[in-house]
Amino acid sequence: MCDTCGCSDSDVRITDHDHTVVMEQDILAKNDELASHNRAHLRESGVFAINLMSSPGAGKTTLLERTIRDSGVPCAVIEGDQETLLDAERIKATGAPVVQINTGAGCHLDASMLHRALHALSPPPGSTLFVENVGNLVCPALFDLGEAARVVVLSVTEGPGKPLKYPHMFAATDLVLLNKVDLLPYVDFDVAEFERDVRRVNPAAALLQVSATRGEGLTEWYDWLRRPDRS
Amino acid sequence: MHEMAVTQSVVDAIVAKLGDATVTSVQLEIGRLSGVVPDSVRFCFDVLCTGTSLEGARLDIAEPAGRARCRDCGEEFALDDFILLCPCGSADAEVLTGRELRITSVEVGHV
Repeated sequence: MCDTCGCSDSDVRITDHDHTVVMEQDILAKNDELASHNRAHLRESGVFAINLMSSPGAGKTTLLERTIRDSGVPCAVIEGDQETLLDAERIKATGAPVVQINTGAGCHLDASMLHRALHALSPPPGSTLFVENVGNLVCPALFDLGEAARVVVLSVTEGPGKPLKYPHMFAATDLVLLNKVDLLPYVDFDVAEFERDVRRVNPAAALLQVSATRGEGLTEWYDWLRRPDRS
Repeated sequence: MHEMAVTQSVVDAIVAKLGDATVTSVQLEIGRLSGVVPDSVRFCFDVLCTGTSLEGARLDIAEPAGRARCRDCGEEFALDDFILLCPCGSADAEVLTGRELRITSVEVGHV
């Protein structure tokens, strides 16, 4: 027991004036602990959770609407936005169970937000749970939610170089979906260069080209969702 | 700005461990590949410590550089960014340092 502050820690070194308490603790330890709890709970419930991330307007919600309606995969959705119920209302219209998290000033979801949302939603066993993160290519990359897989969506209208400019986001993902490929004839976007950039920060990520509005590539996306090795 | 949430986690973890003890300084490790900007943490730290037992505490941040080991040739090399490319040409490398995001220690003053 330390006499100065009463902490029961044994890692205390007394010096002349102050004393040093050795912490050696991950800054995000609390978030990571809650994320592990979420992960265990989801696995026990037979729910496959996907942390879906992108910048605003890349087409996450449109992709989800289409996936829920066409894939045949039982889906549930947790929507993350700073404000409004707009995205949750779009998902609700498809008939899938959904809850909305509003982060207020927050720029990302964290494990405690997901924990509360899971209690509110109770996704059915065997379902795929999409956690649509706040639109942002920076902050969400850092926070483990307890998901089984990460998917990053980038649309061709966002321009080149994004995997190199936002490497944390692309380095930590299992799948990259290049969306809005139906617009390729109208924008200056080099798909081969994009794929090279993704490979430079994440040699292991899968990469698919899709159009959530026109339907291109969605069969491959649905196959990825149904792949037998998902755990 | 995720540095606000990261810094709040620092303050929460220290208060949880030390209660009301007056903290005079905090030592962190924020690796250069961690995705967290030390200057932003410094800014948030002063704001978030106000009214807590950490108010007025000094913040020391060590910034370990990135290093990786190539799984093909076995050599270690410096990693200045997230492009995992060994000088031998292989992209199959393991990051050894640079991703740290840790509270190493705190100094507690006599009351």
